[in-house]
Amino acid sequence: MSTLLIHGGRVVDPAQNIDRVDDVLVRDGRVAEIGRSDAVADQTIDATGLVVSPGLIDMHVHLREPGREEDETIETGTRAALAGGFTSVACIPNTEPPIDTQAAVEFIHQKAARADTCNVFVVGCVSRNREGKELAEIGQLVEAGAVAFSDDGAPVYDAELMRRAFEYCRMFDKPILAHEEVLELSRGGVMNEGLVSLVLGLTGMPAAAEEVMIGRDIALSEVTGGRLHVMHVSTAGGVELIRAAKARGASVTAEACPHHFTLTDEGLRGFDSNHKMSPPLRTAADVEGIIAGLVDGTIDCIATDHAPHAPEKKMLELDRAPFGILGLETAVGLTVTRLVSPGKIGWSRMIEAMSTLPARILGVDRGTLRPGAVADITVIDPNLSWKVDVKSFQSKSVNSPFDGWTLQGRAVATIVAGRVKYRLGRD
Amino acid sequence: MTPTTLQSERVPAGWHHRHLLDLERLTGDEIRLLLDTAALFKEATDNCRRKLAVLTGSTVVNLFFENSTRTRTSFSLAARRLGADVVDFSASTSSLSKGESFIDTARNLEAMGIDAVVVRHSTPGTPHLLAQHLDVGVINAGDGPHEHPTQGLLDIFSIRERLGDLNGVTVGLVGDIAHSRTARSNLWGLVKLGAKVILCGPPTLVSPRWRELGVEVSHNLDEIVPRCDVLNLLRIQFERQNMRPFPSVREYAHLYAMTSDRLTRAKPDLLILAPGPINRGVEMTAEVADCRQSLILDQVTNGLAVRMGVLWLTCGPRDPGAATISPSSLPHRSHS
Repeated sequence: MSTLLIHGGRVVDPAQNIDRVDDVLVRDGRVAEIGRSDAVADQTIDATGLVVSPGLIDMHVHLREPGREEDETIETGTRAALAGGFTSVACIPNTEPPIDTQAAVEFIHQKAARADTCNVFVVGCVSRNREGKELAEIGQLVEAGAVAFSDDGAPVYDAELMRRAFEYCRMFDKPILAHEEVLELSRGGVMNEGLVSLVLGLTGMPAAAEEVMIGRDIALSEVTGGRLHVMHVSTAGGVELIRAAKARGASVTAEACPHHFTLTDEGLRGFDSNHKMSPPLRTAADVEGIIAGLVDGTIDCIATDHAPHAPEKKMLELDRAPFGILGLETAVGLTVTRLVSPGKIGWSRMIEAMSTLPARILGVDRGTLRPGAVADITVIDPNLSWKVDVKSFQSKSVNSPFDGWTLQGRAVATIVAGRVKYRLGRD
Repeated sequence: MTPTTLQSERVPAGWHHRHLLDLERLTGDEIRLLLDTAALFKEATDNCRRKLAVLTGSTVVNLFFENSTRTRTSFSLAARRLGADVVDFSASTSSLSKGESFIDTARNLEAMGIDAVVVRHSTPGTPHLLAQHLDVGVINAGDGPHEHPTQGLLDIFSIRERLGDLNGVTVGLVGDIAHSRTARSNLWGLVKLGAKVILCGPPTLVSPRWRELGVEVSHNLDEIVPRCDVLNLLRIQFERQNMRPFPSVREYAHLYAMTSDRLTRAKPDLLILAPGPINRGVEMTAEVADCRQSLILDQVTNGLAVRMGVLWLTCGPRDPGAATISPSSLPHRSHS
């Protein structure tokens, strides 16, 4: 019997409506109790002045393995997750080959078990070989443990296939995580379409490319009753569509990424490919729209769309460089700096967006410190000011435009099933 | 500084840049200095015909990742007139086809001991990336639809030669603004020198959002022709378009080609420019291209003058200790 006592922290667990200074006692990998404890534990963490929350969950991570191990592996990606305060990630199946068979799901589970880092929940493909032509064997993927379905990297283009996928996934109560983009409208695009793209002469991707597809998928979700989760919402118009759908009672959830509530397309003025991602960085008005959506709950979660690319691929002309930005190791800092410190959201809402709701949407038994729950816990120093240094990242790649930024707030301890897997400055 | 003393002169103190990447980030004074320097070279070389060996011992590389005949020839001639050695490097014959990145290619050239790179590339910002990675002067000879600063300068130079000060002059840029680097460089240069700019073409090629920069946008050539002192007729860049932005060339020419008929409704001394190559019958009819107000051939000569000036400012001797702005003084956003 092993015990861990996290002493004197501000315990924030939205699932139980808890936000108070207290102790958390962990026994044999599960939460034993929240309350003043004089127990002598095998291990004690002094959390005075720190936030103690259910382990953070990033429901949108590209681990790249199998197939693109030069960008990231399951081991390096999950180490990056731990360093960023995440106890769980959901990995997106646009690997090579894509995760569309039971064997492929099993491969991820095996690799994750061997890495022995954080939990890896597997997202399966909507379509066979991610080709958008016919459904993948969704039922068997569910049996293998897939928690959701997505062809992310690309939209499910055929509207009938998307409709069938909604209908079919409904039988398993699994959400479809949708990359919303009308490809004809964004063809050849490298950045948001707007004044900046006009001045730079770069091909733009209009907001309408996202909004039109969100509109289609909301309609298909409503007609089928299937669960739609809109990935990486980047436009104020997209937020508005989701808000209206939720008001009608549609089965729709959504996520936003830290870069979309932090950066704008102005960042492309230096022609730095680290500012190139899909969906692209939008305008200041879109950033405000995303933040408003996070504040009022229209956007349920914060997810990173962690998309590593090896430097030799990213260091190319803007139109040849791939889309993508690292997210895992800067998400907490950006969320605290951009949303919590300025008072736009409270700690409880932040934890809800980064743990409670991702667990609920994925239907996984995580996201709370309720006694008996698996003891996945994140300890965050809300006041720690630190400088982002991509060279110190656990990720195998360095494609972050935040290199050199000073951020406030950082995970100082990441605990998975009662075991301390990461402590800042002690690894 | 007079033509006869040019050989002993140093790069003027008002020029702090290592590179010429775009006109957007230059001031009006810097653009005037570029134009004045070009004028000086034009005079000192007897209308760009004579040599003036002020860059003897310098090596200039033409690094062209995109086809070009006239711009490359113009840069080569300009460099040779100044006594520099010129090396032509085109992507089709290079290791780029073997998968080498363009930065590695440029670094290899740099290691051969060169003084300046003249770069053309189909992707906006490529010269800016090179400037960040190389320790030699970088001159943008056209980066996709972004900018073509020497073309903008030579167009403005040609107008200035005829009209003097540009302040208050109305210039219409007509045609494929969306895909035109010439349009963007002209726009910045003209605005900074106080000219009034009108962008004209169908909405599929001329975004109304240009108005946010304080320029006029029109979709009606007939309406703007009588108000313009200068028309710069830009080529339709069929090769850069995903989907044809107008129903037919015939319809485009009907609405936007400059014709003799339209010329009769213009100011009598209207100046006609075209950056070339021109599609006769699309942007303008043959009569207009060859009319007495056409500056098309002046532009070619002035291109040499401008490029001599730019090469000299980039490679010429500087006063020791004179401050230069570092290659990549591109704005970096701080987070707020």
